[in-house]
Amino acid sequence: MYDLIVFLPLLGFLIAGLFGPQIGSRASELVTTSLLGVSALLSWIAFFSVGAGHEEQALVVPVANWLTSGKLAIAWALRIDTLTAVMLVVVGSVSFLVHVYSIGYMAEDRGRPRFFAYLSLFTFAMLMLVTADNLVQMFFGWEGVGLASYLLIGFWYERPAANAAAIKAFVVNRVGDFGFALGIFLLFQLTGSVGLEQIFAAAPGLAGKTIHIFGADWDALTLTCLLLFMGAMGKSAQFLLHTWLPDAMEGPTPVSALIHAATMVTAGVFMVARLSPLFDLAPIALGVVTIVGATTAFFAATVGLVQNDIKRVIAYSTCSQLGYMFVGLGVGGYSLGIFHLFTHAFFKALLFLGAGSVIQAMHHEQDMRAMGGLRKEIPFTFWMMVIGTLALTGVGIPFTSIGFAGYVSKDAIIEAAYASHGIGATYAFACVVIAAGLTSFYSWRLLFMTFFGKRGDWAASLGAAAHGHDDSAHGGHGRHHAAHESPMVMLVPLAALALGAAFAGVAFRSWFIGGGFEGFWKHALFLGPTNKILEDMETVPWLVSLSPTLMMAGGLLVAYYMYMVNRAAPKALANANPLLYRFLLNKWYFDELYDFLFVRPAFWVGRLFWKGGDGFLIDGLGPDGVSARVLDVTRNVVRLQTGYVYHYAFAMLLGVAIFATWYLFGGIR
Amino acid sequence: MQADAILFWLFSGVLIISALAVIMARNPVHSVLFLILAFVNAAGLFLLMGAEFLGMILIVVYVGAVAVLFLFVVMLLDVDFAELKQGFVQYLPIGALIALLVAFELGYVAVGWTRSPEAAAAAAPSGMLSNTAALGRVLYTQYFYFFQAAGMILLTAMVGAIVLTLRHKEGVKRQNVAAQVARGPATAIELRKVPSRAGI
Amino acid sequence: MVIGLTHYVTLAAILFTIGVAGIILNHKNIIVILMSVELILLSVNINLVAFSTHTGDLTGQVFALFILTVAASEAAIGLAILVAYYRNRGSIAVEDINALKG
Repeated sequence: MYDLIVFLPLLGFLIAGLFGPQIGSRASELVTTSLLGVSALLSWIAFFSVGAGHEEQALVVPVANWLTSGKLAIAWALRIDTLTAVMLVVVGSVSFLVHVYSIGYMAEDRGRPRFFAYLSLFTFAMLMLVTADNLVQMFFGWEGVGLASYLLIGFWYERPAANAAAIKAFVVNRVGDFGFALGIFLLFQLTGSVGLEQIFAAAPGLAGKTIHIFGADWDALTLTCLLLFMGAMGKSAQFLLHTWLPDAMEGPTPVSALIHAATMVTAGVFMVARLSPLFDLAPIALGVVTIVGATTAFFAATVGLVQNDIKRVIAYSTCSQLGYMFVGLGVGGYSLGIFHLFTHAFFKALLFLGAGSVIQAMHHEQDMRAMGGLRKEIPFTFWMMVIGTLALTGVGIPFTSIGFAGYVSKDAIIEAAYASHGIGATYAFACVVIAAGLTSFYSWRLLFMTFFGKRGDWAASLGAAAHGHDDSAHGGHGRHHAAHESPMVMLVPLAALALGAAFAGVAFRSWFIGGGFEGFWKHALFLGPTNKILEDMETVPWLVSLSPTLMMAGGLLVAYYMYMVNRAAPKALANANPLLYRFLLNKWYFDELYDFLFVRPAFWVGRLFWKGGDGFLIDGLGPDGVSARVLDVTRNVVRLQTGYVYHYAFAMLLGVAIFATWYLFGGIR
Repeated sequence: MQADAILFWLFSGVLIISALAVIMARNPVHSVLFLILAFVNAAGLFLLMGAEFLGMILIVVYVGAVAVLFLFVVMLLDVDFAELKQGFVQYLPIGALIALLVAFELGYVAVGWTRSPEAAAAAAPSGMLSNTAALGRVLYTQYFYFFQAAGMILLTAMVGAIVLTLRHKEGVKRQNVAAQVARGPATAIELRKVPSRAGI
Repeated sequence: MVIGLTHYVTLAAILFTIGVAGIILNHKNIIVILMSVELILLSVNINLVAFSTHTGDLTGQVFALFILTVAASEAAIGLAILVAYYRNRGSIAVEDINALKG
């Protein structure tokens, strides 16, 4: 069964990819979607059978041998435990719903077979990643999703912005992958294996061991975990390696929903959780994880406050929520991070797909300032987005565990951050609490701007984009036609996700982070002897438990005031603080900073090697140089050919004289 | 001094002077005449050495044919020699250098040569044969092929010279022997009926 | 004094040098060049005959005969070429002959 779950999407990719033009777009869509439907169904079966089952150890399903070289033995094998099952469900369900949605969203696109092939390829790679039994297989999946992300972001390849964004995503990911690869090498050197079983067994023995690199002594596990976390930073768009995520919105909206909300970006979270036996023995690394996650959560939320493109707001929201997940992991609550991953997948995919529905209705207009009043025109989408927003901002009944999905998972992280004694926990707590308020603000801002008021309420600020660089609207400006609701094939996935966004938190809390923890996770996540976070977080002060709800309410009120009551307020506030506004609008100027620090020097070095090294040196010494020298010599030799017989006769005389001299005084005697 | 020594110095002196005159004369006809003088003196030297056949041949061929040919050409071509004398000085240094080098080397050899021990001993001239007869004996037997080849060269040269210079002039009557021989009544006679007291 | 081989060889050397100098100095004057070539050939002939007499071997004289033959034919051909050239160009300024210029 597990083989089927992983390889059915691969089959879909091969059919749609190789035979797409022959079988036609409709057939490609249906084949890939149905294969994925089967895979998703099987993954839910697997989830319940593993989660509710009693199998203590992970199930390893061997597939094939990959390579054996000396001490290094790598095989293709599927590792099935609870963590895997959770990820299978997330990936399978969201991917299936996105496939269904895309049938409607991409209905007028000519490249549909290619699109569905890539979606299935991505799903296959992600499934390989989460079922990997060794780090190299995980890296294969890691790279595979990176590749699929590149292909899908640049799906509309005739657009230069899409191509640039795809390259940016791939390159920034590469930086992270570099760290990941180094971490794998280091682990192999420390433990002699890349298989997870062997590494986990060797982990306790490595605690406290130091290694000597570059003239300094490092704690082996800390260094390894930091390197591995670098990979996670790239893949999950954490602070410093986040620049690719907003640009990735150049891809079609279903891609954003699948890859950049629910699955690929969560691969980093998954990886840290999977390697919990290592991370839990390296508290410094965990501290770094916490701090980076908290900074990301805060940073992305601040940028999301002022963005005008509907997809970018949601993208920064994703970035911020990923930070939350890492905070959860960093304080030792691996299941907290995974639980938030689980719930976030539902409501973020819902928000993205809903935004896609809005964009479809607005005839491919993405700038929120051109929207307004859509509540009456596309009511179903509106209510779906409301559910998603309620889940994201964490609306629930305080002091209980009853609420929308985000309430349950996010607030758990906030409480854990407070309760933790790990490095950076207090900083993290401050960041996530503030970010909660900011999250609420921008989420409700999105709703109010898009669905309330009248069309054209914000249009005045559209033309006045003089404040710095703006994430401008794609396609045509929104015409003032009446927007119409999307077809059923797009609305049903929205409804399915809304169910998850509403009830997943409540339904699965006890399994993930509550009383049923032991029975559910079994040995999938490792908790060291000092890791008591799950108990500690139950005993935080009441103000701490209330703080997320307070922040949520505060954000809602401010947003309501600024975007419903006093519509002039946003502009006034921006004008009053132009520097701050521009700073946030330009994403803290990270793109400009990286351009200056890395892109320009890289191009300079490249140009140096190209013009100087290759052009001047190699071509100059090689082909061009040789041919030019030949021409030089020829030009000079040609001067001997004057055409005058006398000169030739003189040359002959000269030759005779030289010969005579040579033979008299030189060689032959 | 003995007679042949005096004759030798005389002949060689005049030879050298006339050779210098050949290359330095302003008038081309003078050059050719001095060349003839040089050849005659060289023939004299040959006679002194005992190679009388060669000496006479020198006179007959070189002077009688080649030098006369030179003279013919010099007379035939209307050439402005003054203009051709230019550039004399341009090449003087290098010319002098090469010539002196060659002279030096020749002198070096001339002074320092010795006879190789493997060389055949001087063969005594057999009997009272004259130089011509002796030459004939060797030429038509040992060097027969060379002799024929020399004949070929002469033939080629003759043909070549004719090919290069022959021009068919218009309006020159030439014999076509084949036509003459094939002449018959059809081409030679034309019958005309002439009334009496009229003319043709 | 006894006129020996050395004298004749020296004489031939001087003649040869004069011939070479004549070629170099009169490079524009093709007729004088041809005459200088004749001088060179003459010097070689003198050399050959001198050695032939000295060693008593007639080979030298035979070879001198052949050289004579060739020199004569070469002079004839050279002059024929000159005449043909003169007919085409109207002068014998050989510096115009540079069609082989590469």
